[in-house]
Amino acid sequence: MTEEKLQSLQELSLKVREHIIAMSATGGCFIGASLSCVELMTYLYSEFLDLEPETLKDPNRNYLFLSKGHDVPAMYGTLAELGFIDKARLDNHLLTNDSIYWHPNRNIPGVEFHSGSLGHLPAVAAGIALDCKLKNQDNHIVVITGDGELNEGSVWETLLVANAYNLNNLTILVDRNQFQANIRTEELIPLESLDDKFAAFGCNVKRINGHDFNALEEVFTSLPYGKNVNVVIADTVRGKGLPSIEARADRWFCSFTKDEASQLLNELHGTAKALLESETLIVR
Amino acid sequence: MNYEELLTKMALEDERFIVMTAENRALVRNMPKTLGSRFIDTGITEQTMVGMAAGLASRGRIPVIHALAPFLTMRAYEFIRTDVGIANLPVKLSGFIPGFLSDGNGPTHQAIEDVAIMRGIPGMEVYAPADEDDLVKMLPDVWLSPSPAYVRINHKPSSYTHAPYVPGKAETISEGKDITILVYGFLFENALKAKELLEKEGLSVGLINLRSLKPIDEEAIIKAVLNSELIVTVEDHFLTGGLYSILAELLLSKKLTANVLPLSLQDKWFKPALLNHVLEYEGFTPEKIAAKIKNQLQSTSIK
Repeated sequence: MTEEKLQSLQELSLKVREHIIAMSATGGCFIGASLSCVELMTYLYSEFLDLEPETLKDPNRNYLFLSKGHDVPAMYGTLAELGFIDKARLDNHLLTNDSIYWHPNRNIPGVEFHSGSLGHLPAVAAGIALDCKLKNQDNHIVVITGDGELNEGSVWETLLVANAYNLNNLTILVDRNQFQANIRTEELIPLESLDDKFAAFGCNVKRINGHDFNALEEVFTSLPYGKNVNVVIADTVRGKGLPSIEARADRWFCSFTKDEASQLLNELHGTAKALLESETLIVR
Repeated sequence: MNYEELLTKMALEDERFIVMTAENRALVRNMPKTLGSRFIDTGITEQTMVGMAAGLASRGRIPVIHALAPFLTMRAYEFIRTDVGIANLPVKLSGFIPGFLSDGNGPTHQAIEDVAIMRGIPGMEVYAPADEDDLVKMLPDVWLSPSPAYVRINHKPSSYTHAPYVPGKAETISEGKDITILVYGFLFENALKAKELLEKEGLSVGLINLRSLKPIDEEAIIKAVLNSELIVTVEDHFLTGGLYSILAELLLSKKLTANVLPLSLQDKWFKPALLNHVLEYEGFTPEKIAAKIKNQLQSTSIK
């Protein structure tokens, strides 16, 4: 990846993180899970998906599904920065005059399918991948899942079926940020060795640092990996970019005050130290 | 005493209790410490949690199981019906953020058909407390009964001191000649305020907090139907299958009829937003409830 491209992706990611912080101060959002997948989102929209606001309904387009619906602020931030939606709409977070709320919905251009109940979109995406195969299309379908989401049996049922139909136009991208809601995955329902689990289900698996754009480019330019479903396990840090939030079990859903959010912005830009413990912070 | 304190106390006193969650710990945060191996978190696996609870209950345990109401009742529905329902096991389902309480989460998280589907399972009891006081008053009976039960968990701080809970009975707050409002769950407080607004205009207003939707307190409802000009059902649930349907089924079975104003969600999911905005938008503030009732009263009197 050229230095220029890398810099532009980093700048975009910083802006997306600013939007996430803003949404955490207007009624709150799932900030930790949103921050972990920013690079996945900005890379896919900028470099891989090849979508334009005008071609969002093209049946030959590449598809992105957000199955871990909690991280929708990262998606909305990216869509707003890339011109799919008006940035001003993000100010409508949790108001009744718009549809910007805690989970994705199809009232927002660029959202292919609603989510929020975990373990649904791998199956929906497999249906779309199957139809694309039946129509001999050469497009690609990506589903971002959480790691906690992999608890749901429906994910594994889908892999069995999708591999039976050799859906190598489907990629499951796991945001492996190591956390369920409030507990580390390995402390609750251990997932490792996750690579081996996916491989045992017949998938072709690659594992990368999910904050590294060069690594993302490498795995997304070498698709498909074989005749079955591709799996990319992206190792990430929950809360990435804000040291006061990073890898903390109690920073899942947060509702900050405006003042705290401006402190977080300074923290993001490296101009202030980490936000101290807050008494007004609402967490879930 | 709050939900968690009550459950902890009962579980410590009675070895049969097993507390389970599908990684929703909001209600049971401190229980891993106090309950040790009788606290089980199955991760995000609603179906497996219900199946395991049925297994545990078949050996004499009383599993009290937790998840968000929509995923507990709908993701795991067939497991509840088949493993808990057919076997008629005392599994106690605690559904968190039912109805409007899911505020800004969106339709995926809205349990507004839960009363309809859960009451459709033979033997399953369905409860909807008005607030935390009502919740902790009913739970000891609910949990110690030999039946499977679903509770629409609502631990909103109480502004009203409820009467002691009598199994299967509603709580009659007042009787009214002009109107009786039938309500359950979180909307109780707004219905109570709506009643006060209507009384200020000189109307005689009854209010019944149903508490239990299955079994339903037929006697209290029929008394209200016979004594009031207008019956109003207030619920954060779809019109289909909820309190309005329960009332219709009851009236038909008794060959009765009534003027009924249903205030429910009419065949659509509600607008996701912060809770106070939702109530305003969907017309469930005390003022809007009172205004709708007044309109209905005026239009029926003209006839």
